[in-house]
Amino acid sequence: MSELLLKAENITKTFPGVKALDNVSFDLRPGEVHVLFGENGAGKSTLTKVLAGSYLPDEGQIYLRGKKMAFKNPYDARSRGVSAVYQEFSLVPKLTVVENLFLGRELTKHGLLDKEAMLRQARESLEDLGFDLNPMAKVGGLKRAERQMVEITKAFQEKMSVLILDEPTASLSDKEVIRLFELIVRLKGEGVGIIYISHRIDELKKVGDRISVLRDGRNVATLDMAEANEEKLISLMTGRDYEEIFPVINTTPGKVVLEVQNLSTVTGLHDISFKVREGEILGIAGLVGAGKSRVGRALYGLEKITGGTVIMEGYAVEEPTPIGSLKLGVMYFPADRHKEGLVLCRSVRENQTMAALPLFEKRGLIDLKREESTVRGIVKKMNVRPGRIHKAINNLSGGNQQKVMLSRGLTREVKLFIFDEASCGIDVGAKREVYLFLKEQAEKGAAVIFISSELTEVLHLSHNIVVMHAGAMAKTMPGKGASEEDVLSACFGYDYQNICNNGDGSQDNGSVVNSIEG
Amino acid sequence: MDLLKRIFVKVGVLPFLLVALIALFSLAEHRFMSMSNLLNVGRQTTYLAIVTAGQMLTILCAGFDLSVGFSVALTSIVTSMVMVSVADPTTAMLLGILAGIGTATLVGLANGITIAVFRVSPFVVTLGMLSVAHGLALLISSGVPIFNMPEQLNTILGLGRVWGIPVPVLVALAIVALIWLLLSRTRVGRYFYALGGNREAARLSGIAVRKYTALAYVLCGTLTGITGVMLTARVASGEPNLGANLPLESIAAAVIGGVSLRGGEGSIIGAIFGAILIVTMRNGMDLMNISSYLQMVVMGCLLIFAVVMDQFRLSMKGR
Repeated sequence: MSELLLKAENITKTFPGVKALDNVSFDLRPGEVHVLFGENGAGKSTLTKVLAGSYLPDEGQIYLRGKKMAFKNPYDARSRGVSAVYQEFSLVPKLTVVENLFLGRELTKHGLLDKEAMLRQARESLEDLGFDLNPMAKVGGLKRAERQMVEITKAFQEKMSVLILDEPTASLSDKEVIRLFELIVRLKGEGVGIIYISHRIDELKKVGDRISVLRDGRNVATLDMAEANEEKLISLMTGRDYEEIFPVINTTPGKVVLEVQNLSTVTGLHDISFKVREGEILGIAGLVGAGKSRVGRALYGLEKITGGTVIMEGYAVEEPTPIGSLKLGVMYFPADRHKEGLVLCRSVRENQTMAALPLFEKRGLIDLKREESTVRGIVKKMNVRPGRIHKAINNLSGGNQQKVMLSRGLTREVKLFIFDEASCGIDVGAKREVYLFLKEQAEKGAAVIFISSELTEVLHLSHNIVVMHAGAMAKTMPGKGASEEDVLSACFGYDYQNICNNGDGSQDNGSVVNSIEG
Repeated sequence: MDLLKRIFVKVGVLPFLLVALIALFSLAEHRFMSMSNLLNVGRQTTYLAIVTAGQMLTILCAGFDLSVGFSVALTSIVTSMVMVSVADPTTAMLLGILAGIGTATLVGLANGITIAVFRVSPFVVTLGMLSVAHGLALLISSGVPIFNMPEQLNTILGLGRVWGIPVPVLVALAIVALIWLLLSRTRVGRYFYALGGNREAARLSGIAVRKYTALAYVLCGTLTGITGVMLTARVASGEPNLGANLPLESIAAAVIGGVSLRGGEGSIIGAIFGAILIVTMRNGMDLMNISSYLQMVVMGCLLIFAVVMDQFRLSMKGR
């Protein structure tokens, strides 16, 4: 190959309490697709953000076409030809598609906005990319997949030499994915280098030329795509075999704890019916937007229920609220621990006991000694590090933060746990500890609803699996003996096996090894 | 250098300002360090300290209360009106004090309910309430001060001493101790911090977010009422324009004292030192014959500076 397009040397980036990137080197040739592969939290996104100017690295150099670069910000990077399409959208919801596409580089005529020209160009770009979108629509009203299209269009509008795509297919349909892949081929022909993040191995094999596997902030291997196979990638990604990660859960489900009948919500869930028993882990799987999270949220009282019944230990719950649910022994752990789970500026101790403070009171005051000894016990048991309980929790790594949040379940009696993406964004070691927590609670007789996008964990941990599709239950199956294909077919609402065998670009839903949605 | 940075990240800009100011004033004006002046600063601080304690509670809950200023004026008018209309001085004082504190508490309750239940921004609600309270104070008093209150009010609550310590200082100390206890040892305090730091996380943890948010404003109202009564006692008249500087000064005091405007962070001790700083500054400027107009300019700049430093501190923390 000719000279390198982009080269990053020994990049280190530290956030409070976490070394997100540890001495990572990475390069990109012109006209190649270089895949970044790794678990959530392995550092893929951080690396792309460093390359695209969103973060300044603490150490290390970046060279663009052999010239040393220090991007001041994403605009600086973009003006030098490095464009990025992230998972989190960088669009302004209140503006239209055209306004977003031209944000910060509006076309003008005589000092006034040239709306016609912008509209014309936006139409052309959208058409060129094959995206069927109304350029005058407000972005806030678009579906997730549509917003993704706007995001991609935005990147494609610029003259670029490096394009970063972070999970671009996560919410696109088959047709749109095919179109995207054609565009990638076209860009490769023009000598553009592409950094591509995805979890779908089949997809990677189709578009990738080389692949780098990140684990715990380190680049553990860079391989040619031809040398890579599923087994190898997974062991590189996790650093161990599946069997080591997932504990064996020995329980015999007892009497019914929660029964849900024909539940429907304002947000579009309908006809949800299931039972969870003591000691049982009920896995809930599904794609983005299929409604799996909403099931947990509705049960805990975070979404308005419009029909059906929720029966908790024989008691019909009219309208669940968080306060009421906790009283009944239901505890919910949200998927987004920063947004809904933790009070980041407060200490480990306060975060741990906040759902159970009345239990620590003595004559109206908090019994600080008893609280502290309880917290210390839990921190030790859950192996939270560093174990300094008075430190603000934002100094802890994601995995340790997650453990603190989950350990709220140890501060009061819980009969039903609802986990929403409990292992999201944490490293393998912490994952295993989360699973062990789950196992212990189930073995103690708690019922568990385990909502997750990571198919492997749902398959390994659940006694029963509910697969959601378009707000309803597509399928219920016992966890034992269920295969990935079974679950995926239900996830997509069609026969997955068939689609896969059709081969050739007609599917985007490649074997989802680690995660369906990332 | 490293130590200074650590102090800054931990407690904010306050210690630096305080040291700088004390040095400046003692050099520029020899009377500043005299015992009588320091006592004077202590006495003046009490009023601001109590309002700041209340203000701080609302800021912890990620809000603030602009209405504290004329809520003090309204308290002053209500207290004095009640007192002059009752013949027996002891009864008059008791009723007047209760009515005044009650009025301010009601103002706080109105703020709290509107903010917590209807989820209107604290800025709009308390700004509106500022005007309501001032309007009512002027309306009831026809805009003129009310005199002829029981003499004991001024001699006991205003100028009295117990064990040689001025009564206002004792009241302020007691209140600060209670708020400290509330924040560090009770559920209510923890909930303030939690819901101010992350409302959603607090809600999901089973905290009655609306109730406790409203409670912060109610408590702020009560403390404002106490300040209103004590200021009335001090000036020995009901004043419809009392306390106009308090919103700015109490917010500035809290923020300089390390209470974050984003909510969820800060200590009562820091806030009180913030109040001490502001009073010291005013006192020093008075001694140096700086015009009160210029003082207003300085105070405004100080508030903005404090918030800028708070932002700066946050970014240093993040790094």
